[in-house]
Amino acid sequence: MPNRSQIQARAAMMRVRFEAAGAQVVDPPLLQSAETLLDLYGEDIRARAYVTSDALRGEQMLRPDFTLPVVQMHMRDGAEPARYTYSGEVFRRQEHDPDRANEYIQVGYEVFDRDDPAGADAEVFSLFALQLRGLPLRAATGDIGILTAAVQGLRTSDQRKAALMRHLWRPRRFRALLDRFAGRKPEPDHRAALLGAADPMACDAPMIGKRRPAEIAARIAALRADRDTPPISDTEMAGLDALLGVRETMPYALEHLRDIAVDLPQITPALDRLEARIAALQARGVDVSKLDFEASYGRTSMEYYDGFVFGFYAERRPDLPPIATGGRYDALTRRLGNGAEIPAVGGVLRPDLMLEIEEAVR
Amino acid sequence: MTLKLGVPSKGRLMEKTFAWFARHGIELSRAGSDREYAGKVDGIEDVSLILLSAGEIPRELAAGRIHLGVTGTDLVHEKLPRWEQQVEEIAPLGFGQADLVIAVPACWVDVETLDDLDAAAAAFRATHGHRLRIATKYHRLVREFLTDSGVADYTLVDSQGATEGTVMNETAEAIADITSTGETLRANHLKILSDGLILQSQATLWRSRVAEYGAAEKAALAEVLRRLG
Repeated sequence: MPNRSQIQARAAMMRVRFEAAGAQVVDPPLLQSAETLLDLYGEDIRARAYVTSDALRGEQMLRPDFTLPVVQMHMRDGAEPARYTYSGEVFRRQEHDPDRANEYIQVGYEVFDRDDPAGADAEVFSLFALQLRGLPLRAATGDIGILTAAVQGLRTSDQRKAALMRHLWRPRRFRALLDRFAGRKPEPDHRAALLGAADPMACDAPMIGKRRPAEIAARIAALRADRDTPPISDTEMAGLDALLGVRETMPYALEHLRDIAVDLPQITPALDRLEARIAALQARGVDVSKLDFEASYGRTSMEYYDGFVFGFYAERRPDLPPIATGGRYDALTRRLGNGAEIPAVGGVLRPDLMLEIEEAVR
Repeated sequence: MTLKLGVPSKGRLMEKTFAWFARHGIELSRAGSDREYAGKVDGIEDVSLILLSAGEIPRELAAGRIHLGVTGTDLVHEKLPRWEQQVEEIAPLGFGQADLVIAVPACWVDVETLDDLDAAAAAFRATHGHRLRIATKYHRLVREFLTDSGVADYTLVDSQGATEGTVMNETAEAIADITSTGETLRANHLKILSDGLILQSQATLWRSRVAEYGAAEKAALAEVLRRLG
C-alpha cells in the first residue's frame, strides 16, 4: 500500500501539472458551514460527512468535497474566466464498509468559463486522461443535460415536470412517478377516496403544526389538477425508455440519440452540445470512437452535475471506488451565486488509488 | 472468569427480563437494596449479572465488555452499524414489543403514504423556506429508511423524549418514534403513515461476537443456551 508521503508527493505533482495548464492554486478551509451543505444535499449528507460544532459558529462539517467551497469562493470574488486547482484531504463518514477510507486526498481542477462549454468539457476530460495515462482504467461518460431536456420538454403539466426533475437523481422514485404520470399505475385508493369526498378537508382531529390548512387545501387542489391531466403519451414514454437505455461508444450513442430525438425533439439542443463536445474531445486528441457513453450515467451518485459527467474506473478492481470523477455543474453556481451564475466544469482524482493500482501493475 | 450478562437496570423491562430467565431456571436479582446496581445470579455457575441502561447495552456488546445482553431490536439496529457482524440474536423475549413508525398530524388528510409525505415536504420547503422537520432519536434508522423510500426535502431534528409533543409545539412537522399501542400518538393528534413502519422491535437476548470466551465462559454460555432450549 502506498504511504502518506508518497500520496502527498503524487498529489503535489498532479497539482503542478494543473497549474501548468493555467490553474490558480486554492486552499479552502477544512471546516465548512453545515448549513450550506445541508441546504444543498439534504439530510443524506449527515450520513456521509463528519459533523462537529461550537457555541459560536454552530454546526460545521469536515469538508466532504472541494467543489462547494471552490464555487463559493469563485462566486464571491473570482475573476472570469478562471481555472483552479487544489489538493488536500476530504473526509467521508463510513457507516457500512470498514474497507472504505474515511479520509483521503483529492486533487482537483475546476474551470469557470462562459465562452466555450464544449471546449471546457474537453479540456477537463483530456487533462484528467493525461494525468491517468498508462493506468488500466475504463472511462465512462454521460450527460445529465439530455435527460433534463427530455423531461422539461414533455407535453405534460409543469407540476409533473417539476416532480420528475426533483427526483432525477433517485432513479427508482423517478420511474415510479413516470409510470404514474403515464397512467401505467392506478391512482392509489386513499387518493381516489380523498378526491371523491364531499368535503376532503373534513377531519375530526384538531389542526396542529406549522403546515397550515391552506397548504393542505393547495395540495388537494394540486392532486385534483393532476388527476385531470392527461397521461404522458406512449410515444414520449417510449422515447424516454430508449433514451435511458442508450449505452454505446460516443459516436454511435449520438447517432442513436438523434433517432430518439424524432420522438423527443426537445433533446436536440442538448444533442448539438454533445456533438460539439465530441468534436472538441477529438480536437484534443481523445479517441472518442473508444469512449463509452451511457445516457443514465451519473444519475445515482453525482447530484449537483447537470451536463457532461465522467468517471474513470479500475477495470480489474471493481472493489475500488472511481479513480477520478467530474462533470459540469452550471446549476450549482446559480444556487450559490446569489443571482449570479457561470457555467462550470471540473473534477477530482484520487492519487492514493492511482498509486495502489500502479503497485499492482508492477 | 465469568460470563457477563447485561440486563436493563430499571423498571418493567428489568422485571420482565428477570421473570423470563427465572422460567428457564436462571434466577437473577439485585444485590442489596433497590438502589444498588449490582446483580446476583443463582441456579447457574459462572454467570454474572451487570445492570445497565438499556441504551448502553448495544455499545457494551459491541465492545465485548459483556457476553450476553438484553435490549430492544430498535436500539441494536440504531446504534450498531452492521450489527449482524457484532452481535448474534439468541432469542426474542416476547415482551417490550414496539414499532418504530413515521407519524404525521391526523389533520393532514392529504398525507397517507411516504409518497404523499415526499410531495408535502417539497411544497412545505417552498412555502416556509426550510425543510420539513421530523423529530426522532433514531437518526440512522430513519435516514436510511427515508433515503431508500426516495423521500427528499426533510431534515431530522433530535428529540430524546416527549417526541409526540414536538408537532404541537411546532418544533417539528412530523415524528419518527417507537409506539406499542398508538395511544400516545392518537392523544397527540398524530397518525401513522400506512407504509411508515420502519422496524418492529422487541426485547431480545443478544450474544456479543467480539467478546472473549475462555473455557469457563464457553461452558457457561453452553449451559445458558441449553437452558433456553
